[in-house]
Amino acid sequence: MEIDIIIFVLLVFMAIAALIAVETKNLLSSVISLGAVGFGLSMAFLFLRAPDLAIVQIAVEVVLLIFLIRATISRDTIPETGRIRWWGLAFVLLLMAGVLVFGYFAFHDLGNFGEPIISAVKSTPSNLYLREGLEKTGAANIVTSIILDYRAYDTLGEATVLFTAIIGALAILRSRTKTDKGERKK
Amino acid sequence: MIYSLCFVLFMIGLYCVLTRKNIIKIVIGLVIMESSINLFLVLLGYKNDGIAPINDKTLSPLEFMARSVDPLPQALVLTSIVIGLGVTTLAIALCIRLYEKYGTFDISQIRRLQG
Repeated sequence: MEIDIIIFVLLVFMAIAALIAVETKNLLSSVISLGAVGFGLSMAFLFLRAPDLAIVQIAVEVVLLIFLIRATISRDTIPETGRIRWWGLAFVLLLMAGVLVFGYFAFHDLGNFGEPIISAVKSTPSNLYLREGLEKTGAANIVTSIILDYRAYDTLGEATVLFTAIIGALAILRSRTKTDKGERKK
Repeated sequence: MIYSLCFVLFMIGLYCVLTRKNIIKIVIGLVIMESSINLFLVLLGYKNDGIAPINDKTLSPLEFMARSVDPLPQALVLTSIVIGLGVTTLAIALCIRLYEKYGTFDISQIRRLQG
């Protein structure tokens, strides 16, 4: 019961911070509100008994905020020049109503909070990992034993995606200077 | 109740992506949606009065299995958070390049200056 209230308060906090991030005119305050969302998420992970996720979320959020502030600082801080057309807004609201109806039916069949499927079905992979993880892999932390042993190929794929994204970002940011030099030579 | 609040957070991100004209705002909307999805997956694995999935040998394996929260969503969300960082970094790099080329973050003006 207690965890319900904590998660509820954190989610309301995150929703308010997200609304401020969406609605505020200044880009820098928008980015800072996004930081509030991320750190609220990290606290929620901590209360949901996921300490690894809380640590990773804090590290990722700090790096992300540094990138975003690098992108926004001393650039045009007055967004929203054009006005949204009414039919565009109507279409967006219609689409969101559709997603809401879908969400209602999707959550209808879901179990209650605090009663996961691993309590009901004893033969799930999660239960196998919990029962035999320490004995078979030697890792006391079951999350670590999953990402580095049972599903190590998944982690390999993750590293591949991460490095591809970083190479892509570097290529995008560096090509400008090279073409400039080429144009100057001509 | 908590699931629907998580869904509301997702809808805020979706609204941001669909209606804002500033590309940095669109990236912010993507990050909000990603956060809500990650939180939702971890919420699905929570068990009442659960303990973190770290086995310190004080409980027997069966007892530990009965009390620990689901470790599988946590492992996969860990992957998802790191991939989200990579994707967002790529998007921000694109935003910086667009700003260097067009001198604005407004997507309608970027379209006008094409060519």
